[in-house]
Amino acid sequence: MTHFDVATAAVQAALDAGARYADARVMHRRYESMNARNGEIEELSQNEDAGIGVRALVGSSWGFYAVPELSDAAARAAGGRAAQIAAASARVAGPTADMVPVEAVTASWASPCENDPLAVPLSDKGDLLAHATRTMREHGADVAEGIYQIWDTAKWFVSSEGHRIDQHVRECGGGISATVVGDGETQRRSYPSYRGQYGTRGWELVTELDLAAHAARIAEEARELLTAPLCPAGENTLILGGEQLALQIHESVGHAIELDRILGWEAAFAGTSWLDLNQLGSLHYGSDLMNVTIDPTIPGALGSFGFDDEGTPAAKRDAVREGRWVGVLAGRESAAVAGLDYAGSVRADGWARLPMVRMTNVGLEPGPHTLDEIIAETDDGVLMDINRSWSIDDKRLNFQFGCEIGWEIKNGRRGRMLRNPTYTGIGPIFWRSMDMLSSETVAWGTPNCGKGQPGQVGHTGHPAAPARFRNVRVGVRG
Amino acid sequence: MSAELDLAGRVVELARRLGGADAEAEVFVERNELALTRFANSFIHQNVAEATTTVRLRLHVDGRTATGSTTVLTDDGLRGLAERALTAARLCPPDPAWPGLAPPAPLAGPGNWDEATAQASPDERAARVRAFVDAARGLESAGYCRTLARAGGFANTAGQSASGRATEAAMDAIARGGGADGVARLSAGRLAELDGALLGTRAVSKARAGGAPVELPPGRYEVVLEPTAVADLLSNLAMYGFNGKAYNERRSFAEPGAQQFDPAITLIDDPLGPTDLGLPFDAEGTPKRRLTLVDAGLTAAVAHDRRTAADAGTASTGHALPGGSAGGAVPLNLRLAAEPGPAGAATDVTGPAADADAAALVADVERGLLVTDLWYTRVLDPKSLVVTGLTRNGVWLVEDGRIVSPVQNLRFTQSYPQALAPGAVRGVGRHATTVPDNWGGAWWSAPALRLAAWNFTGGASG
Repeated sequence: MTHFDVATAAVQAALDAGARYADARVMHRRYESMNARNGEIEELSQNEDAGIGVRALVGSSWGFYAVPELSDAAARAAGGRAAQIAAASARVAGPTADMVPVEAVTASWASPCENDPLAVPLSDKGDLLAHATRTMREHGADVAEGIYQIWDTAKWFVSSEGHRIDQHVRECGGGISATVVGDGETQRRSYPSYRGQYGTRGWELVTELDLAAHAARIAEEARELLTAPLCPAGENTLILGGEQLALQIHESVGHAIELDRILGWEAAFAGTSWLDLNQLGSLHYGSDLMNVTIDPTIPGALGSFGFDDEGTPAAKRDAVREGRWVGVLAGRESAAVAGLDYAGSVRADGWARLPMVRMTNVGLEPGPHTLDEIIAETDDGVLMDINRSWSIDDKRLNFQFGCEIGWEIKNGRRGRMLRNPTYTGIGPIFWRSMDMLSSETVAWGTPNCGKGQPGQVGHTGHPAAPARFRNVRVGVRG
Repeated sequence: MSAELDLAGRVVELARRLGGADAEAEVFVERNELALTRFANSFIHQNVAEATTTVRLRLHVDGRTATGSTTVLTDDGLRGLAERALTAARLCPPDPAWPGLAPPAPLAGPGNWDEATAQASPDERAARVRAFVDAARGLESAGYCRTLARAGGFANTAGQSASGRATEAAMDAIARGGGADGVARLSAGRLAELDGALLGTRAVSKARAGGAPVELPPGRYEVVLEPTAVADLLSNLAMYGFNGKAYNERRSFAEPGAQQFDPAITLIDDPLGPTDLGLPFDAEGTPKRRLTLVDAGLTAAVAHDRRTAADAGTASTGHALPGGSAGGAVPLNLRLAAEPGPAGAATDVTGPAADADAAALVADVERGLLVTDLWYTRVLDPKSLVVTGLTRNGVWLVEDGRIVSPVQNLRFTQSYPQALAPGAVRGVGRHATTVPDNWGGAWWSAPALRLAAWNFTGGASG
C-alpha cells in the first residue's frame, strides 16, 4: 500500500462519514541535530516521526485527527474520527465555510540539495562544531555553543477534490555563539545569528557559512562588549543590519499580514492585526523604499516549497508595493471569507498538526544603496546587528528589539562599540521612516516561528538587507 | 505492566542486544492523547485530536552518547531507532561528562488520573465552549478547551523502571467587545472542574470594564498582578533562574543560600501534589519530588537533571526534559505559595478583578495598576533577568484603593528578580489559580501579587 493509497483511504472514510470536503497528509520526517559546548559534543539527536493527519469539513464545521499508524485500517479510522470531531464542532457553529477554488493537480516537487546533509559523516559535522566552540573558548568565551539542525521531510497530500502531490523538502543550517559572564550581566555574540542560518538546501549551506572562520572574532567581541559603553537612550537615526531587519520584517510585517489574524481567528493567543481589510490596496504601510513580497519560490530560502499544505502551488505575490499594503498571507478558507481570490500560505508543523496560515518567504526587495553608503551618509546614529530579544504586541504594532551589538555612527564613520542596544517603536511609523535600503540582500531563515494551539513551529524565510530609519527611540532598559 | 513500560523494556533489551553487554541504554515511552477545541468569533473553527506514542532512546557506548526518537512502533521502526543510535554513538566524539543512568528508585505515586477526562468526547469540550460563548452575552469570544491524557513508561539498563499516567484539562479564552478583551484561564486535573459559564462570565466582566481606556505615561507604577500575569514571572524564573545548567554556567541570578526575594515569596516545584498534572518521573527515570526553590525569600535550590547535577556535584532533582539536555533542567510545575487564610471564591467579586484576592490587594493600593496578563515577554539579559513585554487582556488605574479607569496596554522593561526583591512585595493573595502553559507539559500555580514597582517603558503610542 503506497502512502497515496493510505491518504486516499483516509479521505474516503471522512467522506463516507459525512464530510463534504476532506484532505489528508501522510508525512515521514527525519530530524538530526547536534549541539556542541566548549569544545565537546553535548548532544546528538536523530529523530523520526511518521503519520497521517486528516482534515474534514462537515456542514460548516471542521475536524482534524492524526495518528502515527499508516495502515489502511488506521487511516480509515482517522478519517472517520476527523468527521466525527467536525460534527461536534457544529454545536457552536459559525457561518458557512467555503474555500477559494484551486486546480486539483498531480505533481511532485523537491527542494534543491547538492550535498545531502544526513549523508555527511557525523564525525565531520561533530569536528566542525567542536573546533569552532573550542576556538571561541580559547578567545575568551565563558560559554561557547554551536548547533546544526537538519530536517528531511517527505509528504503525500490527497484531497477529495483530486489533489495527489508528493514533496521532498530538505532543510538545514547552523550557527555558533559566544557568551561571556560579567558582573551582573552577560554579553553574547553569534554568527551568523543566534540560532544560525537555515534554508531549504543541503549541507553546502553550512559549508558556505564557514563557522570556524568567525569563531575567534565573535568571542573577542563578546568579551569587549562587557566593558563597552551602554547604548545611549533617546531618539536617534538607526541603522539595522540585515539579520535584525529580517526579524523586524517577520514580526511587524509578516505576522501582521496573516489573514487568519486579520479575521480574528487568532485573537485569543497569537493576536489580531492592526490591519483592516478595508484598507487593502490603499494603506500607507511604509516609505516608498518598502517593497515586500510573499515568495515561496525563492530557491533555497527556508520558506520555500512547491505546494502549500492545501495543495496550492507556490507563487510570488506582492504584500507591500512602494510603501502601499497590497497583499496578505492567505489560505483557501480565509481567502473565501475575506473575498480574495488567492491562497497558498497554509502549512502545518508535521502530520499531527492542523494546517494554518503561515509565512512563507516574506521579505524586502533590494534597495539602491550599500551598507557602506548608508554609514557614510549618516552624521549621527547607531548601527545595531544580530537579534538578542524581540517582543511585539498582539496587534503587531508596538515592538521592542534588543541586539547583540551596536556601534556609534559619527560623521559618516563607524565608531566605538555599544553595549545592550535596544530600539522600540510603532510598526507603520517605523517603516515610514526608512530612508535608505541596501541592495545586499540575504534570505534569512527563521526556524522557530511559534503559532497556533496546540503549538506549531514554523520555518520561514525573510530576504533582508541593511537599512536606515529616522527618529527611532533607542537605548531602552530596565 | 503498562503498555508503555512494556514497550520501554523491549527497546532496552533491543539496544542491549545490538550494543553489547556494556551498552548503557535508557528508554522513555510517552503516549499523549491530546484534543483541543478552538473557537474564535464565537464559533468553533479548529477542532483537533491526536493520539501519538513517542519512544526516546539514549544510548551510551564506549564512552560516547547518542539519542534518538521515533513514532514508528513497528519492529522495523524500533530496530531502526536502536541501530541509528548505535551507529551515531560510535561515530560521535567522546562524552566525558556522561553522568550515568538513573539507579533503581521508587516513585512517590502513580500520577493523577481521571478516566472521564481521558475519555472526554468532542461533544464534552464543545459543551464547555458553548457555555463560555453563551456567557459572553453578545460579546465575541475566542479561546480553547483541551484535554490531555498522558501515559509514560521508563526503563534503563541500570534496572530502573517506572510508569505512570496523568490527565489535564484546560480552558483559556477571551471575551471581546468595544475594543477591550477580558480573559479567563484555568488548568485542572479533571475536565469536570472546568466551568465554561463561570469562566465566560469572568472574561466578560473584564471586557465590559475595559472599554474606552486612557493612555498613561510610562514610568514606575505599583501593580497588582493577577495569577495570569504572575504565571509569566514563574515561567521566566524557571527557564532562566532555576535552571541548573544556567546556574552552573553562571548565567543565572540564582544564589542558593542568599535572601534574594521578599520574605513573602515561597516558590515550590510540586509535580506530585493532589491537584498536579504530570508524570511521576522525569525523562531520565528519576522520581519526581517536591523541590522548594525559594523559602520565605531565601533562594534554596535550583533544578537539576543528571548531567547538570554531576557538573554541580549534587544529585538530580528529577528535572530532565524529554527531548534532550541542551536546554538544561527546568522546573515546569511551579507553585507560588499563597498567603494562609480564607480565600474568597471567584464568584465573590464583581468588576474587572479576577477574584476576591486581587480585589483585596487593589483595595490597599494608593495609586497603581491592576494588570491581568503579560504578553510576548522576552529576556534582554538572562543573568539580570531583565524582561520586556506588554500588558494584555485588561489594565486598570487604581487610586485610593478603587479602580477608576481602564488603561491602554503598556510596554515594560523590568528585572523580574528585582520586582520580587526584599521589600518589593506588598501583598500576596490567599487563593492560587493554576494556569495552563500553551506548549503543554507545564503549568504555573499562583495567587495575585501586589508589587511596589513595575517599570513601564512605553505606551500605546510608542
